[in-house]
Amino acid sequence: MPVDSSDALMPDAAAPQAQEDAQLENQTAGQKSRPHWGRILAWLGLAALLGILFWAIWNQQRPPVSVGQPAPDFSLTTFDGNQYRLSDLRGKVVVLNFWASWCKPCEQEAADLEAAWQHYQPSGNVVFLGAAWTDTEKKSLEYMQKFGVTYPNGPDLGTRISQSFRTTGVPETYIIDQNGKLAYIKLSPFQSLEEIRSAIDPILEK
Amino acid sequence: MNRRIWLFVFVLTAFSLVATGQALAQEPTPGPSLPSDDQVNAVARQLYCPVCENTPLDVCPTQACAEWRSLIREKLAQGWSADQIKTYFAQQYGDRVLAAPPARGLNWLVYVIPPLAFLLGVFLLYRAFKAWRTPQPAQPVPASAAIDPADEDEYEKKIEEELRKL
Repeated sequence: MPVDSSDALMPDAAAPQAQEDAQLENQTAGQKSRPHWGRILAWLGLAALLGILFWAIWNQQRPPVSVGQPAPDFSLTTFDGNQYRLSDLRGKVVVLNFWASWCKPCEQEAADLEAAWQHYQPSGNVVFLGAAWTDTEKKSLEYMQKFGVTYPNGPDLGTRISQSFRTTGVPETYIIDQNGKLAYIKLSPFQSLEEIRSAIDPILEK
Repeated sequence: MNRRIWLFVFVLTAFSLVATGQALAQEPTPGPSLPSDDQVNAVARQLYCPVCENTPLDVCPTQACAEWRSLIREKLAQGWSADQIKTYFAQQYGDRVLAAPPARGLNWLVYVIPPLAFLLGVFLLYRAFKAWRTPQPAQPVPASAAIDPADEDEYEKKIEEELRKL
Protein backbone atom coordinates (compact mmCIF):
# COMPACT_ATOMS: atom_id res chain seq x y z
CA MET A 1 0.00 0.00 0.00
CA PRO A 2 1.53 3.33 -0.98
CA VAL A 3 2.18 5.76 1.83
CA ASP A 4 2.17 9.52 1.43
CA SER A 5 5.74 10.59 1.85
CA SER A 6 4.89 13.87 3.70
CA ASP A 7 2.78 12.06 6.29
CA ALA A 8 5.35 9.37 6.68
CA LEU A 9 8.25 11.75 7.09
CA MET A 10 6.64 14.34 9.44
CA PRO A 11 4.00 12.65 11.59
CA ASP A 12 4.84 14.71 14.73
CA ALA A 13 4.67 18.11 12.99
CA ALA A 14 1.26 17.51 11.37
CA ALA A 15 -0.60 16.52 14.57
CA PRO A 16 -0.21 19.82 16.54
CA GLN A 17 -1.13 21.78 13.42
CA ALA A 18 -4.39 19.88 13.09
CA GLN A 19 -5.12 20.48 16.77
CA GLU A 20 -4.57 24.24 16.37
CA ASP A 21 -6.87 24.29 13.36
CA ALA A 22 -9.57 22.47 15.26
CA GLN A 23 -9.25 24.87 18.21
CA LEU A 24 -9.52 27.91 15.93
CA GLU A 25 -12.57 26.49 14.21
CA ASN A 26 -14.20 25.78 17.56
CA GLN A 27 -13.46 29.35 18.72
CA THR A 28 -14.97 30.99 15.63
CA ALA A 29 -17.97 28.68 15.75
CA GLY A 30 -18.51 29.61 19.42
CA GLN A 31 -18.31 33.32 18.64
CA LYS A 32 -20.85 32.96 15.86
CA SER A 33 -23.39 31.03 17.92
CA ARG A 34 -23.22 33.28 21.03
CA PRO A 35 -25.91 36.01 20.81
CA HIS A 36 -24.72 39.61 21.24
CA TRP A 37 -27.08 40.57 24.06
CA GLY A 38 -25.60 44.04 24.40
CA ARG A 39 -26.28 44.84 20.77
CA ILE A 40 -29.75 43.32 20.87
CA LEU A 41 -30.66 45.35 23.95
CA ALA A 42 -29.25 48.54 22.43
CA TRP A 43 -31.29 48.09 19.25
CA LEU A 44 -34.41 47.23 21.21
CA GLY A 45 -33.94 50.33 23.37
CA LEU A 46 -33.44 52.49 20.30
CA ALA A 47 -36.54 51.03 18.65
CA ALA A 48 -38.58 51.64 21.80
CA LEU A 49 -37.37 55.23 22.02
CA LEU A 50 -38.19 55.88 18.37
CA GLY A 51 -41.63 54.34 18.90
CA ILE A 52 -42.34 56.63 21.84
CA LEU A 53 -41.05 59.62 19.88
CA PHE A 54 -43.29 58.88 16.89
CA TRP A 55 -46.26 58.26 19.17
CA ALA A 56 -45.69 61.63 20.91
CA ILE A 57 -45.40 63.46 17.58
CA TRP A 58 -48.49 61.71 16.20
CA ASN A 59 -50.40 62.58 19.37
CA GLN A 60 -49.39 66.22 19.12
CA GLN A 61 -50.17 66.51 15.44
CA ARG A 62 -53.53 64.75 15.79
CA PRO A 63 -56.19 66.84 14.07
CA PRO A 64 -59.05 68.28 16.14
CA VAL A 65 -62.25 66.26 16.40
CA SER A 66 -64.41 66.87 13.37
CA VAL A 67 -68.13 66.85 12.66
CA GLY A 68 -69.55 63.33 12.39
CA GLN A 69 -66.97 61.77 14.70
CA PRO A 70 -67.88 60.54 18.18
CA ALA A 71 -67.26 63.35 20.66
CA PRO A 72 -64.68 62.54 23.34
CA ASP A 73 -66.34 61.59 26.59
CA PHE A 74 -65.76 64.02 29.44
CA SER A 75 -66.86 64.73 32.95
CA LEU A 76 -67.53 68.26 34.17
CA THR A 77 -67.97 69.16 37.82
CA THR A 78 -69.80 72.45 38.07
CA PHE A 79 -68.96 75.29 40.44
CA ASP A 80 -71.92 74.24 42.60
CA GLY A 81 -70.71 70.64 42.79
CA ASN A 82 -72.93 68.85 40.26
CA GLN A 83 -71.33 66.37 37.90
CA TYR A 84 -72.16 65.91 34.23
CA ARG A 85 -70.78 63.13 32.05
CA LEU A 86 -71.32 63.26 28.31
CA SER A 87 -72.02 59.54 28.03
CA ASP A 88 -74.88 59.97 30.54
CA LEU A 89 -76.52 62.57 28.31
CA ARG A 90 -77.27 60.31 25.30
CA GLY A 91 -80.61 61.19 23.74
CA LYS A 92 -80.08 64.89 24.36
CA VAL A 93 -78.31 67.56 22.39
CA VAL A 94 -75.33 68.88 24.35
CA VAL A 95 -74.00 72.38 23.80
CA LEU A 96 -70.49 72.59 25.24
CA ASN A 97 -69.06 76.10 25.40
CA PHE A 98 -65.45 76.88 26.36
CA TRP A 99 -64.93 80.35 27.79
CA ALA A 100 -62.82 82.39 30.22
CA SER A 101 -63.51 85.48 32.28
CA TRP A 102 -60.46 87.24 30.79
CA CYS A 103 -61.66 86.57 27.25
CA LYS A 104 -63.31 89.63 25.73
CA PRO A 105 -64.89 87.84 22.71
CA CYS A 106 -66.55 85.43 25.19
CA GLU A 107 -68.52 88.37 26.57
CA GLN A 108 -70.09 88.95 23.14
CA GLU A 109 -71.91 85.61 23.20
CA ALA A 110 -72.50 85.18 26.95
CA ALA A 111 -75.95 86.80 26.99
CA ASP A 112 -77.04 85.03 23.77
CA LEU A 113 -75.98 81.64 25.11
CA GLU A 114 -77.98 82.27 28.27
CA ALA A 115 -80.99 83.35 26.18
CA ALA A 116 -80.68 80.18 24.09
CA TRP A 117 -80.52 78.08 27.27
CA GLN A 118 -83.67 79.79 28.54
CA HIS A 119 -85.33 79.01 25.22
CA TYR A 120 -84.47 75.28 25.15
CA GLN A 121 -84.55 74.51 28.87
CA PRO A 122 -88.35 73.82 29.11
CA SER A 123 -88.18 71.13 26.42
CA GLY A 124 -85.48 69.21 28.29
CA ASN A 125 -83.96 68.05 25.00
CA VAL A 126 -80.93 70.33 25.09
CA VAL A 127 -78.25 70.55 27.78
CA PHE A 128 -75.97 73.56 27.94
CA LEU A 129 -72.59 73.13 29.64
CA GLY A 130 -69.96 75.81 30.13
CA ALA A 131 -66.32 74.92 30.72
CA ALA A 132 -64.21 77.73 32.17
CA TRP A 133 -60.83 77.34 30.52
CA THR A 134 -57.70 78.34 32.48
CA ASP A 135 -59.66 80.66 34.69
CA THR A 136 -59.77 81.35 38.41
CA GLU A 137 -62.94 80.29 40.17
CA LYS A 138 -63.47 83.72 41.71
CA LYS A 139 -63.31 85.48 38.35
CA SER A 140 -65.44 82.81 36.68
CA LEU A 141 -68.20 83.28 39.23
CA GLU A 142 -67.99 87.06 38.87
CA TYR A 143 -68.30 86.69 35.10
CA MET A 144 -71.32 84.40 35.42
CA GLN A 145 -72.98 86.83 37.77
CA LYS A 146 -72.21 89.77 35.49
CA PHE A 147 -73.82 88.10 32.45
CA GLY A 148 -76.56 86.30 34.37
CA VAL A 149 -75.38 82.84 33.29
CA THR A 150 -77.56 80.17 34.90
CA TYR A 151 -76.79 77.01 32.88
CA PRO A 152 -74.32 74.54 34.42
CA ASN A 153 -70.76 75.79 34.38
CA GLY A 154 -67.56 74.45 35.86
CA PRO A 155 -63.81 74.63 35.56
CA ASP A 156 -62.05 72.61 32.87
CA LEU A 157 -59.85 70.99 35.50
CA GLY A 158 -56.35 70.33 34.28
CA THR A 159 -57.57 71.51 30.84
CA ARG A 160 -58.48 67.88 30.25
CA ILE A 161 -61.76 68.53 28.40
CA SER A 162 -60.28 71.18 26.11
CA GLN A 163 -57.32 68.90 25.39
CA SER A 164 -59.60 66.02 24.43
CA PHE A 165 -61.48 68.32 22.05
CA ARG A 166 -58.14 69.84 20.94
CA THR A 167 -59.44 73.36 21.29
CA THR A 168 -57.35 76.21 19.97
CA GLY A 169 -58.61 78.96 22.29
CA VAL A 170 -61.77 80.57 23.65
CA PRO A 171 -64.58 80.98 22.93
CA GLU A 172 -65.30 77.69 21.19
CA THR A 173 -68.60 75.82 21.09
CA TYR A 174 -69.16 72.15 20.28
CA ILE A 175 -72.66 70.78 19.75
CA ILE A 176 -73.04 67.04 20.24
CA ASP A 177 -76.06 65.20 18.88
CA GLN A 178 -78.32 62.69 20.62
CA ASN A 179 -76.00 59.82 19.61
CA GLY A 180 -72.89 61.38 21.08
CA LYS A 181 -71.49 62.46 17.73
CA LEU A 182 -70.12 65.89 17.08
CA ALA A 183 -72.68 67.76 14.98
CA TYR A 184 -71.48 71.36 14.95
CA ILE A 185 -68.33 73.32 15.77
CA LYS A 186 -68.03 77.07 16.28
CA LEU A 187 -64.50 78.38 16.79
CA SER A 188 -65.52 81.99 17.36
CA PRO A 189 -68.23 83.77 19.33
CA PHE A 190 -71.85 83.43 18.26
CA GLN A 191 -73.11 86.74 16.94
CA SER A 192 -76.77 86.35 17.88
CA LEU A 193 -79.39 84.14 19.47
CA GLU A 194 -80.66 83.28 15.98
CA GLU A 195 -77.26 81.94 15.02
CA ILE A 196 -77.26 79.65 18.06
CA ARG A 197 -80.77 78.45 17.33
CA SER A 198 -79.94 77.84 13.67
CA ALA A 199 -77.11 75.60 14.85
CA ILE A 200 -79.18 73.62 17.37
CA ASP A 201 -82.58 73.28 15.63
CA PRO A 202 -81.41 71.14 12.67
CA ILE A 203 -79.77 68.71 15.11
CA LEU A 204 -82.95 68.48 17.17
CA GLU A 205 -84.97 67.78 14.03
CA LYS A 206 -82.85 64.80 13.00
CA MET B 1 -46.01 111.64 103.89
CA ASN B 2 -48.32 112.96 101.17
CA ARG B 3 -45.36 113.39 98.88
CA ARG B 4 -44.40 109.77 99.40
CA ILE B 5 -47.93 108.62 98.61
CA TRP B 6 -48.01 110.71 95.45
CA LEU B 7 -44.61 109.41 94.42
CA PHE B 8 -45.79 105.83 94.99
CA VAL B 9 -48.96 106.46 92.93
CA PHE B 10 -46.89 108.04 90.17
CA VAL B 11 -44.41 105.14 90.01
CA LEU B 12 -47.25 102.62 90.08
CA THR B 13 -49.10 104.42 87.28
CA ALA B 14 -45.93 104.73 85.20
CA PHE B 15 -45.13 101.07 85.70
CA SER B 16 -48.70 100.03 84.75
CA LEU B 17 -48.56 102.15 81.61
CA VAL B 18 -45.23 100.64 80.55
CA ALA B 19 -46.49 97.13 81.28
CA THR B 20 -49.70 97.75 79.36
CA GLY B 21 -47.73 99.15 76.43
CA GLN B 22 -45.50 96.09 76.35
CA ALA B 23 -48.51 93.85 76.50
CA LEU B 24 -50.10 95.70 73.62
CA ALA B 25 -46.89 95.50 71.59
CA GLN B 26 -46.76 91.75 72.09
CA GLU B 27 -50.23 91.23 70.73
CA PRO B 28 -50.25 89.43 67.41
CA THR B 29 -51.23 91.39 64.34
CA PRO B 30 -54.92 91.06 63.70
CA GLY B 31 -54.66 89.26 60.32
CA PRO B 32 -52.00 87.83 58.00
CA SER B 33 -50.15 90.57 56.15
CA LEU B 34 -50.49 90.59 52.37
CA PRO B 35 -47.47 89.00 50.66
CA SER B 36 -45.15 91.37 48.82
CA ASP B 37 -44.71 91.41 45.05
CA ASP B 38 -41.30 89.75 45.47
CA GLN B 39 -42.84 86.88 47.41
CA VAL B 40 -45.54 86.46 44.77
CA ASN B 41 -43.03 86.61 41.92
CA ALA B 42 -40.77 84.07 43.63
CA VAL B 43 -43.58 81.54 43.22
CA ALA B 44 -44.87 82.93 39.92
CA ARG B 45 -41.50 82.47 38.19
CA GLN B 46 -41.73 78.74 38.90
CA LEU B 47 -44.99 78.58 36.96
CA TYR B 48 -45.79 79.15 33.30
CA CYS B 49 -48.73 80.87 31.70
CA PRO B 50 -51.13 78.16 30.45
CA VAL B 51 -52.36 80.41 27.64
CA CYS B 52 -49.24 82.07 26.23
CA GLU B 53 -46.68 79.29 25.93
CA ASN B 54 -43.18 79.48 27.40
CA THR B 55 -43.87 82.63 29.37
CA PRO B 56 -43.20 82.52 33.11
CA LEU B 57 -46.07 83.91 35.17
CA ASP B 58 -43.94 86.61 36.82
CA VAL B 59 -43.25 88.37 33.51
CA CYS B 60 -46.44 87.53 31.64
CA PRO B 61 -48.25 90.77 30.74
CA THR B 62 -51.75 89.40 30.04
CA GLN B 63 -54.81 89.97 32.17
CA ALA B 64 -55.13 86.23 32.73
CA CYS B 65 -51.62 86.11 34.23
CA ALA B 66 -52.40 89.10 36.45
CA GLU B 67 -55.36 87.11 37.78
CA TRP B 68 -53.16 84.10 38.45
CA ARG B 69 -50.61 86.27 40.25
CA SER B 70 -53.37 87.64 42.47
CA LEU B 71 -54.46 84.05 43.08
CA ILE B 72 -50.89 83.23 44.17
CA ARG B 73 -50.96 86.24 46.50
CA GLU B 74 -54.26 85.04 47.93
CA LYS B 75 -52.94 81.53 48.52
CA LEU B 76 -49.71 82.83 50.11
CA ALA B 77 -51.79 85.03 52.42
CA GLN B 78 -53.71 81.91 53.44
CA GLY B 79 -50.40 80.34 54.43
CA TRP B 80 -49.92 78.01 51.46
CA SER B 81 -46.36 76.95 50.61
CA ALA B 82 -44.87 77.35 47.13
CA ASP B 83 -45.17 73.59 46.54
CA GLN B 84 -48.82 73.56 47.55
CA ILE B 85 -49.52 76.42 45.15
CA LYS B 86 -47.69 74.66 42.32
CA THR B 87 -49.65 71.47 42.93
CA TYR B 88 -52.89 73.46 42.96
CA PHE B 89 -52.00 75.16 39.67
CA ALA B 90 -51.11 71.83 38.05
CA GLN B 91 -54.44 70.36 39.14
CA GLN B 92 -56.37 73.35 37.88
CA TYR B 93 -54.56 74.10 34.63
CA GLY B 94 -52.59 70.97 33.80
CA ASP B 95 -48.95 69.97 34.11
CA ARG B 96 -47.89 72.37 31.38
CA VAL B 97 -47.94 75.24 33.90
CA LEU B 98 -45.00 73.65 35.70
CA ALA B 99 -41.45 74.59 34.77
CA ALA B 100 -40.37 70.94 35.04
CA PRO B 101 -42.64 68.00 34.18
CA PRO B 102 -43.62 65.86 37.18
CA ALA B 103 -41.76 62.55 37.28
CA ARG B 104 -44.62 60.19 36.43
CA GLY B 105 -45.74 58.18 33.43
CA LEU B 106 -43.79 58.83 30.25
CA ASN B 107 -42.30 61.96 31.86
CA TRP B 108 -39.83 59.62 33.57
CA LEU B 109 -38.05 59.32 30.23
CA VAL B 110 -37.09 62.98 30.46
CA TYR B 111 -35.19 62.26 33.66
CA VAL B 112 -33.84 58.81 32.76
CA ILE B 113 -32.70 59.14 29.14
CA PRO B 114 -30.15 61.98 29.45
CA PRO B 115 -28.06 60.34 32.21
CA LEU B 116 -28.35 56.96 30.47
CA ALA B 117 -27.25 58.48 27.15
CA PHE B 118 -24.35 60.16 28.95
CA LEU B 119 -23.24 56.91 30.58
CA LEU B 120 -23.53 55.08 27.26
CA GLY B 121 -21.44 57.76 25.59
CA VAL B 122 -18.76 57.47 28.30
CA PHE B 123 -18.73 53.67 27.87
CA LEU B 124 -18.41 53.90 24.08
CA LEU B 125 -15.61 56.45 24.36
CA TYR B 126 -13.81 54.25 26.89
CA ARG B 127 -14.02 51.28 24.55
CA ALA B 128 -12.88 53.34 21.57
CA PHE B 129 -9.85 54.73 23.43
CA LYS B 130 -8.98 51.29 24.70
CA ALA B 131 -9.13 49.85 21.18
CA TRP B 132 -6.93 52.64 19.81
CA ARG B 133 -4.27 52.13 22.49
CA THR B 134 -4.01 48.33 22.28
CA PRO B 135 -2.46 47.16 18.99
CA GLN B 136 -4.63 44.57 17.29
CA PRO B 137 -3.02 41.14 17.30
CA ALA B 138 -2.57 39.57 13.90
CA GLN B 139 -5.38 37.13 13.18
CA PRO B 140 -4.04 33.58 13.10
CA VAL B 141 -4.79 31.85 9.87
CA PRO B 142 -5.49 28.14 9.95
CA ALA B 143 -2.65 26.25 8.37
CA SER B 144 -5.09 24.31 6.24
CA ALA B 145 -6.33 27.58 4.75
CA ALA B 146 -2.79 28.70 3.85
CA ILE B 147 -1.62 28.03 0.32
CA ASP B 148 0.62 25.06 0.11
CA PRO B 149 3.77 25.93 -1.89
CA ALA B 150 3.63 22.48 -3.43
CA ASP B 151 0.09 23.12 -4.65
CA GLU B 152 1.10 26.51 -5.97
CA ASP B 153 3.91 24.95 -7.98
CA GLU B 154 1.57 22.35 -9.36
CA TYR B 155 -0.80 25.06 -10.61
CA GLU B 156 2.08 26.97 -12.12
CA LYS B 157 3.21 23.82 -13.86
CA LYS B 158 -0.24 23.21 -15.28
CA ILE B 159 -0.50 26.81 -16.56
CA GLU B 160 2.90 26.52 -18.17
CA GLU B 161 1.90 23.26 -19.83
CA GLU B 162 -1.26 24.79 -21.19
CA LEU B 163 0.67 27.79 -22.47
CA ARG B 164 3.14 25.53 -24.17
CA LYS B 165 0.30 23.72 -25.95
CA LEU B 166 -0.80 27.03 -27.42
